[in-house]
Amino acid sequence: MSEAHDRPPQEFKLKLRRYDPESGQAPYWDEHTVELEPHRSVLEAVLQARDRFDGSIGIRCSCRQAICGSCGVRVNGEPALACHTHLDAALGSAADGVIEIEPMGNMPVIKDLIVDMDAVHWKKIQRVTPWLLAKQPVPEREYIVDKEAMVDVTQTAACIQCGACVSDCLAMEVDPGFIGPAALAKAYRFVGDPRDAEQHERLNDLAQDPQGIFDCTHCFKCVEACPKDVNPMGQIMRLRRIATSDQHITDQNNGKRHEAAFTGLIKDNGLLWEAELLPRSYGGNSWLGKFHPAAGKELLNSLPSIVKALLRGKVTPMGALKPHKIPSADLKRVQAIYDHIESHPERLELNLYISGEDESEAEEIVAGGLAVGAVEDAAPPASEGATSAPGPEGATSSDPTASEEGAGGSAPAGETPSATEPAEGGGTTDAETTHEDAEPVGPGPESANGSEPEEGSEG
Amino acid sequence: MKVAYWPGCVSRGFTPELHGSMAKVAPLLDIELVELDRACCTGAGVIAEHNQELADTLNARTFALAQQVQGAELMMNICSTCQGAQSECQERLDASAEYRDHVNETLSAEGLSYEKGLTNKNFLWLLVEEIGLDALAAKVKQPLTNLRVGPFYGCYIVRPRKRLGIDAEHRRDNYLHELIAALGGTVIDYAGMRKCCGFPIITMNKDASLKQAGRHLGDAVDAEADCLVTPCPLCHLNLDLQQPLAERTVGRELEMPVLHLPQLVGLALGLDPKELGMNRHVVRPTSVIDWSTSVVGAAA
Repeated sequence: MSEAHDRPPQEFKLKLRRYDPESGQAPYWDEHTVELEPHRSVLEAVLQARDRFDGSIGIRCSCRQAICGSCGVRVNGEPALACHTHLDAALGSAADGVIEIEPMGNMPVIKDLIVDMDAVHWKKIQRVTPWLLAKQPVPEREYIVDKEAMVDVTQTAACIQCGACVSDCLAMEVDPGFIGPAALAKAYRFVGDPRDAEQHERLNDLAQDPQGIFDCTHCFKCVEACPKDVNPMGQIMRLRRIATSDQHITDQNNGKRHEAAFTGLIKDNGLLWEAELLPRSYGGNSWLGKFHPAAGKELLNSLPSIVKALLRGKVTPMGALKPHKIPSADLKRVQAIYDHIESHPERLELNLYISGEDESEAEEIVAGGLAVGAVEDAAPPASEGATSAPGPEGATSSDPTASEEGAGGSAPAGETPSATEPAEGGGTTDAETTHEDAEPVGPGPESANGSEPEEGSEG
Repeated sequence: MKVAYWPGCVSRGFTPELHGSMAKVAPLLDIELVELDRACCTGAGVIAEHNQELADTLNARTFALAQQVQGAELMMNICSTCQGAQSECQERLDASAEYRDHVNETLSAEGLSYEKGLTNKNFLWLLVEEIGLDALAAKVKQPLTNLRVGPFYGCYIVRPRKRLGIDAEHRRDNYLHELIAALGGTVIDYAGMRKCCGFPIITMNKDASLKQAGRHLGDAVDAEADCLVTPCPLCHLNLDLQQPLAERTVGRELEMPVLHLPQLVGLALGLDPKELGMNRHVVRPTSVIDWSTSVVGAAA
């Protein structure tokens, strides 16, 4: 990066998506050539084009250091903060040497690169009651909470509400009513907060909403889009896990039944039995599930596909009626693993955001089998948010290996990749202060019951 | 090369032509497949959603079995979803020695142990990185000339980039493009090629799921693709098996054949379409094959 700062200004070609709904004209592309040092940002390039060539170019911005979340756009088709994307990186991902800048998706355009966040993003955020509903009685001084739990919620609290994840949510693309990644990450911020009193109600609302947690298609788009490593999809999966496995909430989308059917079929057979999965997801997790009216209705609805599949010999009646199984000795081992793990009083969950990664052992070549020479490709399994690493103990309690902790010597992973990672489309900038609590003021916090502290242990 | 081969569940269930075509193609590429038939389902993300430790332990068991295959250079899968689910578990297992020890303790009951650093590649990655596209092109007997192929990657094999080892040097999210070209076909870009097929929510929001499938298929039709190719059997289920329903949902005729990756490779290597199970698709690949002569691609 340092040499980038030494490079002289050069020309960059920009292609801007222009649109003014009030003009009655269709959207069009506008091209400008600007001159800037390669380490400058896409935002600076757009502003230069506006200042030099066309004062009517619309873009929203404020802090210019990836904190305020105002300048979300699409650069070469991918959502990004304009101020957090270096021109040389943008040029690297540009087709034909022209940097393409468009407004974000899934939200109506107000003008050019400015989208209507109120109409979509903020409305969805409001659906999750984005403030603390404090446990009563509120202590006179501070709440005393587990440090790890607070570190955990800093990941979602780091959201700057830029809308990049909303822009490219593939579920929202076909189902605009889907509550979406930003709102669900915000929901986890409170569900995971030990000071919040309404965990069950929050989860129940999100599960009963047919466009809630079980409407996510698990496509990882939001994980890639987020400039702050909030990992929205990861938080959605955690919300599902807590709702189904811990709180036993049955939802409107067959989410819990599907999960139970899938997990159960693997326990019974070792391999998936597709013909049973569908009816059980609708009708309940047993062999009788397919006789439930909901399953019958679903099978009837799918008849066009079923008939064709049978006609083509893709699926044979016998193949559908009989599960594939792994050898019985192995199936017994798999079932023993299920029984062993499900007998733990508490689920064990390794959160790399909290624990970080072990100190690099890249040089360590493990002898034998497939591990040899594997380092090059498989090596840096990057942590999701390799930033904070308060301690080696990443798993939630009940870890039976806890006593070996010291011996393991797993160093806090502060020194692992994050700094060296060429962050896509952005690189590291001076604004990498992810964990400054950028907790935004959601719409209407004044309506929160009481004035809850957002931060650690303030009273 | 010898690989520990994880075929997945669906390739032996609802898309048997995938596993079948892989078995036919492997010897032509000098790949020796040692099937991990003792291993169980990866969980496809769903078991992890239920209980993370359970998913990690089941996959660690598969990794350990793979590491026991003598002389195998790496583990190979033929399912994007398996790749994604396994990579996620491996990321945690490799990140923490303490966690790995804990998981291995569970596996020790059957004398298994996972050692950090497994190399696990989807067939697509193996083709490009191990065999090499030049070497592959040299083996092509029937170039896919004039065949317009739309790539459909599947989410789990293109995101998240860091976990999957995608960077400027390893453009794994572009390998299908490169492969189609190497086989002599014409690559067709269309909007949905790296989007979600909708399969994960087929039981949870069927309408949205089929809208996704229908929209991407429609985009490919509009781009005048002859067929799609995918390295993911779950995408295949939504794009092919469910295509009649997707047509109903988006209200347009689609008739877009969808090939599995080994089928496309097999065609170019001169295998017979029937051998590759192409008669078992819901949407007949008639645009790909002139069934009377088994010649690839209609002469344009």
